[in-house]
Amino acid sequence: MVRNLFIIFILAGVASMFAALALGYSDPVALGSAASHYVSKGLAELNGVNIVTSVVVTYRGLDTLGEVTVLFLTASILSFFLKNRSHETKSESSELLTTASKVIFPFIFMTGLYIVMNGHLTPGGGFQGGAVMASALLLLILADNKTDGSPTLFTVLESVSGIFYVLTGVAGLIIAGGFLDATVLGAGITGRLLSAGAIPLISTLIGLKVGSELSTMLVKLKNASEV
Amino acid sequence: MAVTGIITGSLLILIGFYAILSKNNLMKMVIGFSLADTGVHIIIVALGYLKGRTAPILDNALLAANPETLVVDPVPQALVLTAIVIGFGITAIMLVFVWRLYEKYGTLEISRIGEAK
Amino acid sequence: MELVILIVLSLVVIFSAVFAVIVKTLTSAVIASGAVGLFASVMYIIYDAPDVALTEAAIGSGLMTVVFFLILSRMRRDENG
Repeated sequence: MVRNLFIIFILAGVASMFAALALGYSDPVALGSAASHYVSKGLAELNGVNIVTSVVVTYRGLDTLGEVTVLFLTASILSFFLKNRSHETKSESSELLTTASKVIFPFIFMTGLYIVMNGHLTPGGGFQGGAVMASALLLLILADNKTDGSPTLFTVLESVSGIFYVLTGVAGLIIAGGFLDATVLGAGITGRLLSAGAIPLISTLIGLKVGSELSTMLVKLKNASEV
Repeated sequence: MAVTGIITGSLLILIGFYAILSKNNLMKMVIGFSLADTGVHIIIVALGYLKGRTAPILDNALLAANPETLVVDPVPQALVLTAIVIGFGITAIMLVFVWRLYEKYGTLEISRIGEAK
Repeated sequence: MELVILIVLSLVVIFSAVFAVIVKTLTSAVIASGAVGLFASVMYIIYDAPDVALTEAAIGSGLMTVVFFLILSRMRRDENG
């Protein structure tokens, strides 16, 4: 009884906090100072059409580096706690499923790669495309019980992408304005695939890293959960 | 229109907190955490919405005019992008810990786990 | 018009969240939380945030539900409270 009262008390306190936010909310009429700088000068400085991607990759690049680090830590902790139980016998997988999944897999993977590489032109970017590529691999390992993707390829790809991401940032420190500055490579013509400096390169590296990390996590979870 | 998002996000946070605080099952707690996380993201994106404007992708029509008066705030979207991915990672780690607890104690209910110690 | 769509989506989101917390079968609760992510992704589109909608649909709705089920397949599917 006391516990229920305590819960209701906490929930009422949180609700009053949000009620104050909702009631006192007036629609803003103009962008803030940082946002207006990103929008108005973003095209001139970086030549990227998608403003959110240029904010994520260059203007707030350190946050993205921290996020990639957190994902790496997550994959490591998962690998540490989930032991490989591949000595258990696995059930047979039907041939129809495996063949169909191998036919569909390239299309999903190509969609993910497209989303990654066009991150600076259309909605997309590294994280979205990486998640789609991991979903393509998930289709393969769920349809065929015995396959594991290729764990060494994922580990190598993840490490190499991470190293090159940091090296690109350091190159920005040496050549251009600061760490992870995207003007390391040329700006190019607006709207082309190879434009916006180093943003497509960084997006591709992030996409590969996130895709291989999520794939490793999914393979480990599936191997540990074999009944 | 942004107020609708704020109210939805607040209700999601309340529902998630209720699941974490009062439920006996560990999986329900993890589901509640994921719901509260989604609520926070909805509130942040709703706060960045400006009336009558469009998405922050500069196409030809926006490039001709002054894009600063025609585009929604891109900074909360960048922050929520990061937050969604990190929330997924944290929930995956929580699920692995729930599984290890189940392996050790054989039950998912915290009352029985508390008694067994 | 957008306001009406937004209100309907909000009601569906709240209803799915309440359903996820109340129902006894864990499988249904996980699917309901996946539905919350899906409709939140549509809400993000109405708020003019296509990148966030892509991320929420791919990670919050798709991969999260799969990870839940991969862990849940090792345990009992029903719960008591």
